[in-house]
Amino acid sequence: MTSTALSVSQNPFVEAFRRQRLGPYLFVLALGLGVFFVFGPEQFVNAMTKGAIYALIALGYTMVYGIIELINFAHGDVFMVGAFVSLFVLTNVLGQQGPAADPLVMLGIIGIDILVTGAVMGIIGVTIERFAYRPLRNAPRLAPLITAIGVSFILQNIIQIIYGPSPVNTPQIIPPTARVQIGDVSIGWINIFIISVSIALMIGLQAFVGRTKIGRAMRATAQDREAAQLMGVNINRTIAVTFFIGSALAGVAGVVQGLYLGNISFTLGFQAGLKAFTAAVLGGIGNIAGAALGGFVIGFVEVSAAASGLAVWSQAAVFAVLIITLVFRPSGLLGQQLGERA
Amino acid sequence: MTGAQQPSNAPAASGRGARAAASDFAGRHRSMTIIVGLAVIASILPLIVTLPPFSSFSPQVIWIDGFTNAGVFVLLAMGLNIVVGMSGLLDLGYAAFFAIGAYTMAYAGSPFGADFPGNVFWPMLLIGAAVAMVFGILLGAPTLRLRGDYLAIVTLGFGEIVPLVILNSSKFTDGPNGIGGIAAPEILDFVFPTVGNPWPFYVTMVALIAIAMILIYRLQDSRLGRAWSSIREDELAAAANGVNTVTTKLLAFALGASVAGVAGVFQSAKLTLVSPNLFRFDVSFTVLAMVVLGGMGNIWGVAVGAFVIFLIQNVFLKQLNIFFDAVQMPFFKDVDFLQYQFLLYGIALVAMMLLRPEGLFPSRRRRRELHTSEDAEFGEHGDPLGASPE
Repeated sequence: MTSTALSVSQNPFVEAFRRQRLGPYLFVLALGLGVFFVFGPEQFVNAMTKGAIYALIALGYTMVYGIIELINFAHGDVFMVGAFVSLFVLTNVLGQQGPAADPLVMLGIIGIDILVTGAVMGIIGVTIERFAYRPLRNAPRLAPLITAIGVSFILQNIIQIIYGPSPVNTPQIIPPTARVQIGDVSIGWINIFIISVSIALMIGLQAFVGRTKIGRAMRATAQDREAAQLMGVNINRTIAVTFFIGSALAGVAGVVQGLYLGNISFTLGFQAGLKAFTAAVLGGIGNIAGAALGGFVIGFVEVSAAASGLAVWSQAAVFAVLIITLVFRPSGLLGQQLGERA
Repeated sequence: MTGAQQPSNAPAASGRGARAAASDFAGRHRSMTIIVGLAVIASILPLIVTLPPFSSFSPQVIWIDGFTNAGVFVLLAMGLNIVVGMSGLLDLGYAAFFAIGAYTMAYAGSPFGADFPGNVFWPMLLIGAAVAMVFGILLGAPTLRLRGDYLAIVTLGFGEIVPLVILNSSKFTDGPNGIGGIAAPEILDFVFPTVGNPWPFYVTMVALIAIAMILIYRLQDSRLGRAWSSIREDELAAAANGVNTVTTKLLAFALGASVAGVAGVFQSAKLTLVSPNLFRFDVSFTVLAMVVLGGMGNIWGVAVGAFVIFLIQNVFLKQLNIFFDAVQMPFFKDVDFLQYQFLLYGIALVAMMLLRPEGLFPSRRRRRELHTSEDAEFGEHGDPLGASPE
């Protein structure tokens, strides 16, 4: 804090800019515009869609890390299980094999799918927290990390046993051929759907954490667990709610992933989880808007690498970005300058 | 300096006399104890597997080969223990250094690479360690200033990038095919056989483990080792007391990496081929699990933990199938345990952490730490608000 106070500029415009903290948003906007103009609008939409999915997963990472300082390694696999639960709901419960007939049915089916998958994944997330993390809340920090790795193995193996090791096709309820023409640019409805759903969820989450009583309890617990407890916050319930929301969002990400790509596999979780965690760190871990921004940055970086013919390097590019960010701006795009914490 | 960890560090309350004397001797002559202890273990193991029920699973040769492979992981776990257990830095990409060591050997000793003439294995053990160490410093120098969890994620990223780079720079590494035809070690014109006779590699492995163990024990008791543990306990306090935290952490990182480099050189000489998918993230996680389950910080504990986990993963689960088929137990004989390998492994990790978070063989200090934290949870004496609201 002192360092910012010392470096306050005299220029009122610059100062207003600083206070509003618009810099990071402008940076991401510039990155997006760069992708738009260099690689074309289609790649831009593609990057936004991928970024939206990463952002949804990153929200769960950032919330959990913010509240109990745990890198929840199983979160990527929660996302993966979400994709398979969605597959189950679509094919076995709702009996869908391919695109739905008319838009209203389409929205109804996806709505039910999102609600059911979100609820199921939320419950799974709370269960994982209850049995694998809560007993270790006062243990050394490595202990819950190891159980998280264990849970990740368990989830992957269960899905592998049920659905087999090879990728499974999922029904694309919104057909990829359904596109909207703007000028000479054609954008898939699925992209528009994914981007708007995730932005709506992010705004909803921001409002939930900022405005509701449970949201306030979450912020209090994140700041100082013991003090919050003394003020009458039910810590266990608050943390459980955090896990429920984070896992439900990962479940929704799983739903849209299946809808978007049309096939899923049990190994999906690790890579996506890693990128989403990168997004969370990039945005400033513990910060919800930051996770969203980070997700989009990862989307832009990945798609830019792929579009320049360096698809095999896109993963490496993502991590290079992460390492560079951490070295030059360790608190992430939006994170506060945290002191050294034990 | 006699209060060090020993393999038999059972509470000396019951049988003081002989056991105390033995432990006293072991404390004073640590290197001797390690050599004798490992020699005894290394000679007993081949004998045990000739007895039933082990002999019914596979012939002795296969067992010895398995033990040698387990030895690679024992080395890795001991190296990671320097970083995670002794210095408290979370490294999730340790397999990267293993890969670097292995590819260094592959490059020096195969027709694909430089193919240096003569017996490259022995000098490469040192060079591989040095190369891995350089990479450890290159990665550590910019990132070790970060807080613990960020370090974890950067190392995780590094662990992902290295196999990717190897996979995609086909010009230097032959990409997904890997590099084959790596020269086997020789001693005085005796070329180590890669199939059939596993003994030369086995003996070499035991010797490598003994050397690494002696060096790591010496490091632990040195000024540097004390600096590591002070950083692990409280970095701010350590810095305030004059420990140069960045250099100390960098040394932990570099030395840990060099052990992985040695393990990599050995691995590629033994397999005579390397390929990028031998060094994926699951290797890093497995080694971390070995360190944690063995008992972080305790060198013998970590070594035993690595050995046990490797055997469970690679031998025991396979034998379960044979066993249940043999006894024709209903239900179990139809279960393919290999398919459930990672499920069982995951359950074991979770259960282990819940039941015994300090690991199987915790170092004394670690155990004491955990007990203090439990005491604190049940209310400090001087704290008027000690009662928990629940």
